[in-house]
Amino acid sequence: MSSVLVYALHNNGVINKNSLGAISEGSRVAGELGGQCDVVVVGGADLTSDVLAALGNYGAKKVYKVDGAEGLSQPVIDAMAQLVGANGYNYALFGGGLLGFEIGAGLAARLDAGVTMEVTAINVDGGKAVAERPIIGDSQISISKYRSDLGIIIGRINAFEVKESGGTAEVEDLAVTFSEWTSRATMITRGEQRGADINIEDAKVLIAGGRGLGAAEGFQLCEDLAESLGGAVAATRAVVDAGWFPYAGQIGQTGKTVAPKLYLAAGISGAIQHKVGMQGSENIIAINKDANAPIFEFSDLGIVGDLNAILPKLTEAIKAKKGS
Amino acid sequence: MKICVLVKEVPDAAVDKRIDPATGRLDRSGEANLNPYDTHAIEAAMQIREDEGNGIEVGEIVAVTMGPSGAERALHKAVSLGADRSIHLSDDALAGSDVAATGYALAKVLETENPDLVLLGQQSDDGECYTIGAVVADHLKMPSVTQVVKMVVTAGNAKCERQAEYGYDTVQVDFPAVISVGDAINEPRYPSLKAIMGAKKKQLDVKSAGDVGIDAGRVGTDGSKVSCGDFKAPPAKASGQIIEDEDTNDTVAQIVAWLEERKLIA
Repeated sequence: MSSVLVYALHNNGVINKNSLGAISEGSRVAGELGGQCDVVVVGGADLTSDVLAALGNYGAKKVYKVDGAEGLSQPVIDAMAQLVGANGYNYALFGGGLLGFEIGAGLAARLDAGVTMEVTAINVDGGKAVAERPIIGDSQISISKYRSDLGIIIGRINAFEVKESGGTAEVEDLAVTFSEWTSRATMITRGEQRGADINIEDAKVLIAGGRGLGAAEGFQLCEDLAESLGGAVAATRAVVDAGWFPYAGQIGQTGKTVAPKLYLAAGISGAIQHKVGMQGSENIIAINKDANAPIFEFSDLGIVGDLNAILPKLTEAIKAKKGS
Repeated sequence: MKICVLVKEVPDAAVDKRIDPATGRLDRSGEANLNPYDTHAIEAAMQIREDEGNGIEVGEIVAVTMGPSGAERALHKAVSLGADRSIHLSDDALAGSDVAATGYALAKVLETENPDLVLLGQQSDDGECYTIGAVVADHLKMPSVTQVVKMVVTAGNAKCERQAEYGYDTVQVDFPAVISVGDAINEPRYPSLKAIMGAKKKQLDVKSAGDVGIDAGRVGTDGSKVSCGDFKAPPAKASGQIIEDEDTNDTVAQIVAWLEERKLIA
């Protein structure tokens, strides 16, 4: 019997969508292996029994609740290592995101286990799980097989579909003996928003700006174009970290996932961390002066040129077209 | 305080990356350079040293790398950017190590140095592994935090800001600790000509796996717990249309026509 342990990330008691996807996938894989899928969560009173029992709806059999600060990797590594030791799980699964990478990697070190990250598909072959990971700008898929007792699988965000199966999970409080060094990391503030609360997830047209805009002022070009098309403006992580745009408008691994009818990327190179948040868009246009930018590999229309010259003229042309 | 900075030599980003079909590994032939993300880690170490207000005396900054014989170029660059000396872990037994095995091997080198702080870049430009810092930290029994974009360091700890799934988190880690930094944390300096010329004269120790007590059964292709010798092609995607902008009015007309064809101008 091969069982799967999934880590579920949450914020104030709301379970992350990618974690729900991981539970759904873990449940499917465990089913094929003839085992069960259990879940571990770390948090405080915000994690009510109702919220945790409801994870059964995605296929969780048992949910272990650990008292501790959410948002840090160390307490989760301790908890998962303890559970693997006690219950002998064969696979640990993460829905992706920054914390999943940290926990999965730390757990691999702790338990001398194999780890694969950015996984987009899991197949069962000969009674074992095999992970598929796109590499080198998604130009090839590498297939990972595990030689260790525990295989650690860190999903790419949005790789695993959320599936409701009905059911209620058994919830158990788990007392964990934390490592000495776990107490040497402390969460001071979590989830600071930094900037206006803007909505980009409902927009049918998104004009997204990256470092190629040159400065915060460059976003005016995106604002003007978005206004002409009746859309909203979004941004990459690099420019949000630089303070040019609010976090709420960020697309990608640690931001929002969007799928508008039109996505226009201005001065965005197209790193994987960005791609995973917007590749579901119906029509993708990219404007970048670097002909080798990865974004051109997944754009429907790519313009190699200077956005400072193109965007204002495009805005004018669209206004003229609408006025006619 | 002693700071170790983990660095890595990677194929130049401009070079077309490919897998060597014979070995299943990334083909690392051709131009190579210091992982651009690592320059931010070295700069972060230099800023801790140069900040007169933090009450920290940085005794030594040591650059550490693991890789084949050409990898000392990355160490020379690291030293030209401010590291005092460097260590090159080089051993045929390490070839083909996966991320967990690489992290284990690097941790064994770091154990011999006993640093107060280990810094590294948030990800390497070739294998896209964010994970090495977390692997190293658990082996060293140190707390760790990754993708840090702002760091306030005092004698006993660092308050680290980073972007996570729900916004910006501030995490305090008490030393000794492992911190991986994002590229927004600083603007790396350019090395002076004098520093570049002097880099090759600084101490560079080459260590074998045995020198630092690495268990040969836990590294290399055979010691790695993940085998990834099989590859397949991703689903084919029709390549998009590319326009080189020569006449902007004409380019804009083409974009507008493209949008109209898809009824995207409402």
